[in-house]
Amino acid sequence: MKNLISGWTLIKLYTILVYAWMFAPIVAVVILAFNPQQFGTFPLEGFSFKWFVKLSQNSTILDAFKNSLVLGSLTAVFATAIGVPAALAFIRYEFKGKEFLNTVLIAPIMIPEVILGVALLLFIRWLQQPKSFALLLIGHVVLTLPYVLLIVQARLVGIKREYEEAALSLGASPFQTFKEITFPLLAPAIFAGMLFAFTISFDDVTATLFWATAQNQTVPVQIFSMLRTSISPEINALGAVMIVLTISIPLAAGYVARRFARGNTP
Amino acid sequence: MKEKPWKPWLLLSPSLTAVFLLLIVPVCFVVVYSFWLRAPSGMDIPAFQFGNYAKFFADSFYPVILLNTIRVALETVFLCLIMGYIPAYFFYRTESRLKPFLMILVMLPFWISFIIRTLSWINILGDSGLINHLLLKYGMITTPLPMLYNEGAVIMGLIQYLLPFMILNIYVSLDGIDKSLTEAAQSLGCTEWQAFREITLPLSLPGVSAGCLLVFVLTCGTYLPPMILGGPGNEMIANLIFKRVIGTLDWPFGSAISVILLLLLVIIVYTYNRYMGINQIFKSLSKG
Repeated sequence: MKNLISGWTLIKLYTILVYAWMFAPIVAVVILAFNPQQFGTFPLEGFSFKWFVKLSQNSTILDAFKNSLVLGSLTAVFATAIGVPAALAFIRYEFKGKEFLNTVLIAPIMIPEVILGVALLLFIRWLQQPKSFALLLIGHVVLTLPYVLLIVQARLVGIKREYEEAALSLGASPFQTFKEITFPLLAPAIFAGMLFAFTISFDDVTATLFWATAQNQTVPVQIFSMLRTSISPEINALGAVMIVLTISIPLAAGYVARRFARGNTP
Repeated sequence: MKEKPWKPWLLLSPSLTAVFLLLIVPVCFVVVYSFWLRAPSGMDIPAFQFGNYAKFFADSFYPVILLNTIRVALETVFLCLIMGYIPAYFFYRTESRLKPFLMILVMLPFWISFIIRTLSWINILGDSGLINHLLLKYGMITTPLPMLYNEGAVIMGLIQYLLPFMILNIYVSLDGIDKSLTEAAQSLGCTEWQAFREITLPLSLPGVSAGCLLVFVLTCGTYLPPMILGGPGNEMIANLIFKRVIGTLDWPFGSAISVILLLLLVIIVYTYNRYMGINQIFKSLSKG
């Protein structure tokens, strides 16, 4: 018995170490963002918002931020607009080739982003179109669609068909049924899909580097070009902003979703 | 109420059109382009010849990078497995109230930008990074240890990126195991360790293999960690593609390298699917 407990302690200890390893670099970025020194390194000497102020005056970065936000939001809207109906089709209907089509739509997750980047760029080139914001948007929708499909499908499984049938048999019109029953039940799934699409789009760099231009930068692409010189405290500050932003979004969303769920249960 | 048979197709058509036009067709273009010629002027000339592939295998330069990529990917898979199994097992067995919180923490890096997670290692491993700073401060070394810009640093960055995928895949598999199985084994006289070895471990292998496949495939397709954390000798195959396409605008050769990478992954995924079934991976991903 003694032996068993110490084994469990080791497992716990090991898990804590893995956590520490996973989060140490991320925490370091946030801490160093407040280092007033010229070089973004240890030791930490003092505490200042200097680099954040400098960031907020950098118009290139602000533009990149605006671009990223618009791109992420549009990606979220388009990816869910085409992804949610597909998820509904897979969950609600039986039809020939269902398994196969589901694999076709989700398998792009396994295609390296480099290849997606090259492929779409080549295609656009063949069509003799210049790189543009539209290319970024199209690319990000393709990139996020499989994830949206996965997330939404997983959420939809729990929603029973009987609710709608009950509403219809009690005399509700199809439109009323959709408005009163289907949509409120679907909303959390749609929301989760949009959130996921937004974050993937907002964070993506591997494929985006192929599609971005000087006019159409996103924040990660901007960070990449800043890195060419060396790691500066400004990068750490920008990193800290990104970390706080992308972490707080899912946490806030989780909170909203829970409130939403509570509001829906009678 | 009879379902209309065309309804699912109507719902599916936007997604299918998007994936067909914007993914399948463009990837076919890459394959076609890989046979084209590049004129000295930089123009691409339609052709059907294997010159680009011959160039790749002409001397050892490119094949070595391909082998390096596979080696780095295998090392990353191995380390992710070692680092990931025990935390996944911890989640499976723990009855702590903190479990949901700890699970969210594992998912958290997934939400943080890949480029930030990659560059964050510079703050840890660099000449004036955390480790060297501490070692210098306490007099354990006199000159900074060169820990950055080598394969080790690249693998650190890769694990940082891929470990959550591994932990999640293993956890999902463990979570599906009926706990009464191990209880029964133990009541019949098995030790805890025997029960783990004979029951839990074998039943978790689908998750382990799914995690390994995902980590391997994702490693093979990335170019950022070698670019940011690696040195000149640590390039991987995706770096070649990036350089050819964005740097020298050599589309036909860049396409040929892309096809080689794609073929490698298709063979691996196909073989995996024959024996294990690919759906396990999707099951785990949807937990995200």
